[in-house]
Amino acid sequence: MHRTEQEQAELIKEISGVNTKKCMKCGKCSASCPAYEEMDIRPHQFVSYVQNADVKALLESKSIWKCLSCFACVERCPRDVKPAKLIEAVRLMVIRERGGNYLTPGEVPELLDEELPQQLLASAFRKYSK
Amino acid sequence: MVYSYYPGCTLKNKAQDLDRYARMSAEALGFTLEEIEEWQCCGAVYPQASDEIATKLSAVRALNDAKEKDRDLVTLCSACHHVIKRVNDDMKNVEDIRTRANNYLKLNTPYEGETKVLHFLEVLRDRIGFDAVKEKVVNPLTGRKIGAYYGCLLLRPSGVMAFDDPENPTIIEDFIRAIGAEPVVYPYRNECCGGYISLKEKALAGNLVDQVMDSAADKGAGELITACPLCLYNLKNSGTSKKLPVHYITELLAEALGLIMESKTPQQATGHQACSSASCGGFDPCGSRQMDMPACPLGSLPAGIKEVGKGA
Amino acid sequence: MQRIGVFVCHCGTNIAATVDVARVVEAAAKEPGVVHAEDYQYMCSEAGQLKIREAIKEKNLTGIVVCSCSPRMHENTFRQAAERAGINPYMVEIANIREHCSWIHKDIEEATEKAVILARAAIAKVTLNAPLQSGTSRVVKRALVIGGGIAGIQTALDIADAGYEVDIVEKTPSIGGRMSQLDKTFPTLDCSACILTPKMVEAAAHEKITIYTYSEVEKVSGFVGDFQVDIRKKARSVDMSKCTGCGVCQEKCPSKKTPNEFNRGLNTRSAIYTPFAQAIPNVPVIDRENCIKFKTGKCGVCSKVCQAGAIDYEQKDEIVTQNYGAIVVATGFDTIKLDKFDEYSYSTSPDVITSLELERIMNAAGPTKGHLERMSDHKPPKSMVFIQCVGSRCADKRGKSYCSKICCMYTAKHAMLIRDKYPGVEVTVFYIDVRTPGKNFDEFYRRAVEEYGVNYIKGQVGKVAEKGDKLLVQGVDLIDNKRILMETDMVVLATAIEPNPDVRKIATMLTASIDTNNFLTESHAKLRPVESPTAGIFLSGVCQGPKDIPETVAQAGAAAVKVVGLLAKDHLVTNPCVAKSDELLCNGCSSCEKVCPYGAISYEEREVNDHGIRETRRVANVNSALCQGCGACTVACPSGAMDLQGFSNRQILAEVDAICK
Repeated sequence: MHRTEQEQAELIKEISGVNTKKCMKCGKCSASCPAYEEMDIRPHQFVSYVQNADVKALLESKSIWKCLSCFACVERCPRDVKPAKLIEAVRLMVIRERGGNYLTPGEVPELLDEELPQQLLASAFRKYSK
Repeated sequence: MVYSYYPGCTLKNKAQDLDRYARMSAEALGFTLEEIEEWQCCGAVYPQASDEIATKLSAVRALNDAKEKDRDLVTLCSACHHVIKRVNDDMKNVEDIRTRANNYLKLNTPYEGETKVLHFLEVLRDRIGFDAVKEKVVNPLTGRKIGAYYGCLLLRPSGVMAFDDPENPTIIEDFIRAIGAEPVVYPYRNECCGGYISLKEKALAGNLVDQVMDSAADKGAGELITACPLCLYNLKNSGTSKKLPVHYITELLAEALGLIMESKTPQQATGHQACSSASCGGFDPCGSRQMDMPACPLGSLPAGIKEVGKGA
Repeated sequence: MQRIGVFVCHCGTNIAATVDVARVVEAAAKEPGVVHAEDYQYMCSEAGQLKIREAIKEKNLTGIVVCSCSPRMHENTFRQAAERAGINPYMVEIANIREHCSWIHKDIEEATEKAVILARAAIAKVTLNAPLQSGTSRVVKRALVIGGGIAGIQTALDIADAGYEVDIVEKTPSIGGRMSQLDKTFPTLDCSACILTPKMVEAAAHEKITIYTYSEVEKVSGFVGDFQVDIRKKARSVDMSKCTGCGVCQEKCPSKKTPNEFNRGLNTRSAIYTPFAQAIPNVPVIDRENCIKFKTGKCGVCSKVCQAGAIDYEQKDEIVTQNYGAIVVATGFDTIKLDKFDEYSYSTSPDVITSLELERIMNAAGPTKGHLERMSDHKPPKSMVFIQCVGSRCADKRGKSYCSKICCMYTAKHAMLIRDKYPGVEVTVFYIDVRTPGKNFDEFYRRAVEEYGVNYIKGQVGKVAEKGDKLLVQGVDLIDNKRILMETDMVVLATAIEPNPDVRKIATMLTASIDTNNFLTESHAKLRPVESPTAGIFLSGVCQGPKDIPETVAQAGAAAVKVVGLLAKDHLVTNPCVAKSDELLCNGCSSCEKVCPYGAISYEEREVNDHGIRETRRVANVNSALCQGCGACTVACPSGAMDLQGFSNRQILAEVDAICK
């Protein structure tokens, strides 16, 4: 099903439950983000990109694989915007498309080591694949 | 006092120490952790999107099991605790999720968030009391300077987790005091170590671990403790800076209570006696659930891994 | 039988664009009792009022209904017009067809129908109106000012200069307030104490001003023009008439471990203390909680060293009762607690401080004698970071929803002063927006940047972490879209301000309304900004909303003028719409007495004549001077004896019937 960027932005807002208009553009989310340096589009930009329906760039962003879901941005946001939820919604939009998976079972054997806890695999598949 | 207990996948496998010492310590402190029947993997990640229901169901089953036994539900692994507490909050407060989840589950009585979810540390703090723990300590860990590593999952989002102050928590420091050691407060104890992404983003995880380790060492910690198997794995295996030993909270508790002789050196502690890839026949998907459990709610995940397992 | 006139106002297009005024006139004319109905473009205009007066005379009207704006706007106008035409002003009713109708509806049909209904209800009510007579009450020519900061001092001086007695009640041992804690003031950089202390001295010396320090308002009763107030003068344990202010007692006091409130806890003080050198009065108090003599019974050093024999351990709290015509609230502000913002390490690092703490550090009389140094190791900093909006502009429970207004300017001031005095110190300010509305304010901020080289970075800081003996500031530069990881020596938090927490208690005593942020509410945001909706209560300074010193002083003067305007009156006209009890129906149950918020109802034994039977009954009696006409008693009364004049139960029901017809 083809959606316009506007429709995609609305969907992202809907499944994330985030009201991007609450943002006052203070940047505290990005200032709190431990993965900031690894991101091409930064947490505060996610909010304004969604607000401006600039979704294509977000879908192609590597930031969605770098977000740690540590909720530092959610906790510290003075306006209760919850940027992590937006990033997750964009990630879901990507992996729900055919061929969007970031991790495939074939890659797993190489990544394993003796101590690797089960939950890491479970969480990686939750985050990266559908 | 008997609590329903949700161990989760990793405590049955790579983090058996965390589980074993918790049960031993619980008995010594006068409470019992009774494992709920036929629990399933919590999913390890809380599904944030409002349109994801199926991925929350296994947590609801565990919650409902405790409810039917009229008990509080105790968890230990930070990820399980995070997922189950947040799903419980959804079931209590988000009507849409509550309705849809109950439609799927068709329980005798709908589950509406009645169960109280407690982390093992919360049981010690709020039910047993750290003073009472202190009284039971026979082998105080005097002189050890221990940094608490909270990570992200226990504390945030604080509104739902209601575990402790998300920026300046004290529960593990109080625990460290109770077992006779000296807590070392360091600023990065509540920053994420990057455990979730350590599978594919090794460099990022390494940077974050270094930051935590350096911060703890800077403040004079001699070792770290955590409740999270993922953090423990990541803190030990990622990064390049000088490593402090990392232990599970329950391991030091058991030691202080005189149940085991002494906590292992870092090398021993990482190994555990659990399955090596050889003894499991590659990665054993059963590791993520009980051996006698018929189905895994992860759907395609175990199926995919099984194929890999066969191929290996 | 009443003869009623109905006057429908167009209010330009405010009403007429949405309500078909002609149809309202037509419908009203058909109501029973209505003998005259007309419309006009502006009823409140001189010509409109003339129409009303003429109609009253020509048609012998006994009551009128004006369909117009809210009675808050023009009820008085029309009552006066009616009175000039010879009818009782309480024979006027307003049907609010603007705020309640035209402004909130779009559909002309619906709005017109509603306007007709509102008119009908007012007609039904005025039919049952009875003429009411206002009484008068006295005006006590004395004002009370609660709070002795710059707002309270200025208000008191202005009232006193107009010739009226003023009492200042100040909770702490000295007047001076927050301004006495400040070092320099923006945008002129004059020394705060240098401009404040002359005013403190003037207030203390003024023959019309009485200052009660170390005192609190304990009880307030009465009403505008005649409040009765109990003031608790806390025991100072020092005889003010004997003390010479020599200070020996403070030097010799062996208990010196109490956090010094005046220095924001950055150092300690003795148990017997004056908060600061220029304190007024210059008489110490004994903090009994921390005094060894009071805790253990032993010590008494201060008494031994006091040459004047002023120490009095037996002194007791004293209650002063005084009547006032007006009360001014000037209770000021404090900074919020920062325990919910530990990402900035305020609780864990002594080198993370609030801006008010920095004021004390920069102040020559402060804990470091004015030397800029870190509180951890007393070393001078080489670099400093200022973080703006800490706890301000927060949508969550951690902070405050509003902008604290003063932080942008005092931060520019701090940055500039530091760069001026210590050019080697690097100063960085993290800001979200720089807000500088005020005369010479933006120019001041630009000077900090352009002349003094203060580094302003747009972006809120995420975390401040202790690292070695440094602080690591983690933020972003939103303009460069770059991570900032900056090691610094001190971090200063521009902490949100909030009304002094005591204001809740005071507002309750005064029945003055308060908003969700504990700021006192003004009667009208634009047109009555220094008056509380409670008559006789006035607002001065930050208790009403965040403001800087010049705004505070201006508002203090405005509040004083309003007080003087009230005190200049010989008497006040009382509102006749007060409660009245029918002694024959009253069953003496006391329900009304219990609910009355003004203490206006008492019970008395009275001889009544109930259909020829004479007997003594216990019945309610309303003090019409105290009654504010709130109507709570009429609802509580189970026997229907209590009624509110001008808003009787019959009138209200008639309105309801008219609406439902």
